[in-house]
Amino acid sequence: MLSSIIIPILVLSALGLLFGAGLAYASKKFEVKVDERVAVVRDILPGANCGACGHTGCDGFAEALVEGKVLPNGCPVGGADTALMLGKIMGVEVDTSEVKAARVHCNGRDSVSKYKFEYYGMEDCVAASQLFAGRKYCTYGCLGLGSCVKACPFDAIVIVNGIARVIEDRCRSCGKCVATCPKKLIELVPRTKEYSVMCRSKDKGPITKKNCDVGCIGCTKCTKACQHDAIHMEGFVAKIDYDKCVNCGECMNVCPTMAIRRLNYANNVQTK
Amino acid sequence: MKELIVIILGAVLVENFVLVKFLGICPFLGVSKKVSTALGMGAAVVFVMSVASAATWLVQELLLIPYEIEYLQTITFILVIAALVQFVEIILKKFSISLYKALGVYLPLITTNCAVLGAAIINVQRGYNLLEATVYGAAAAAGFTLAIVLFAGVRERLEYSDIPESLKGFPISLISAALVSIAFLGFQGLL
Repeated sequence: MLSSIIIPILVLSALGLLFGAGLAYASKKFEVKVDERVAVVRDILPGANCGACGHTGCDGFAEALVEGKVLPNGCPVGGADTALMLGKIMGVEVDTSEVKAARVHCNGRDSVSKYKFEYYGMEDCVAASQLFAGRKYCTYGCLGLGSCVKACPFDAIVIVNGIARVIEDRCRSCGKCVATCPKKLIELVPRTKEYSVMCRSKDKGPITKKNCDVGCIGCTKCTKACQHDAIHMEGFVAKIDYDKCVNCGECMNVCPTMAIRRLNYANNVQTK
Repeated sequence: MKELIVIILGAVLVENFVLVKFLGICPFLGVSKKVSTALGMGAAVVFVMSVASAATWLVQELLLIPYEIEYLQTITFILVIAALVQFVEIILKKFSISLYKALGVYLPLITTNCAVLGAAIINVQRGYNLLEATVYGAAAAAGFTLAIVLFAGVRERLEYSDIPESLKGFPISLISAALVSIAFLGFQGLL
């Protein structure tokens, strides 16, 4: 009677112990060596998993960094602080000068733009731009329905007076808004550069003037006023070359339509 | 020798584990999206089922029968199979991380997969000796691999087909599986 209870218990226990020991031995013998720096790096990273670095989330970036495939300042969202910390772990010098932020290159507010029709539809720029390229006469302008606001993981974009505006302090230059905007108006621009041409209209001067009070009419006064060869015409619209721009502001002084504006965030820029 | 061929043919075609016996449906539907993953899964199952058949046969003959504890069959067989699958997982993680990631959760599912336990129990029921039991296990797994790879091909084709909205995804997969299963009924009179 007792043996019929003891024996099953013994047999099962013996089998369990045998397999447990075997597995423990196997897990030690076939251990996969993981570089412990990967976990440290992963902790430092912001954890937004936005993919701005070009890798599969923060895990992917951590692995690539430890393998030496990417530089410590490859995470734009982490910014200079993260880059410096990562540089210390990897023993690498880090260059943290180029901090970028997103900028919406359109100033076509409600008060200065002209509209073709009233729009009652999905509150989404991508959807609205399917309908005759949007309700503005200017087919290149910001529709202000907030697709970029929804795309931003850091709440850095707001709609003011019918157009999108980036709060540059909150922007982590992940690039999601750049990809979302159907008019391709948003671009990542170095934060130290204060002047921007707030228009991307490819229409000719007279047409742009009719559609919007503050559009670029292609008069080329700015290209002549610039002493640093930093602004050029691309078709009928001016564009600033930020490699050469020195923030002198001459272009804004001569612009007749106030298409070039100064976004004064210089006080908030991260310095080395 | 003739018995072994009969066992193999029977397990792969006539009594295919997935399509005729309806054992091991979960990984069959879960891993059959791509042919390459299906092959990897099939290989893992072949290894587990062959070794599990041999190990469980040994446990039955050397432990359960002598000590008259045949009623512990289910639990001891599961113990053996679970340990084996854990071992396969450790090996895979070391030697083929891409297959390990591709199989994902379906690898431990081989443990609770009724196909493996089914083969072990059928071996006992049919009174096979050690060689026959191992061969049966390997052949059953080969049949599983055949079914899963065939079905992966069918599913890859389904990706490009025009399917009614209500049948898209899982429903059409199940219907296709049923049709493949009916097709395998054609092997019934073979042995």
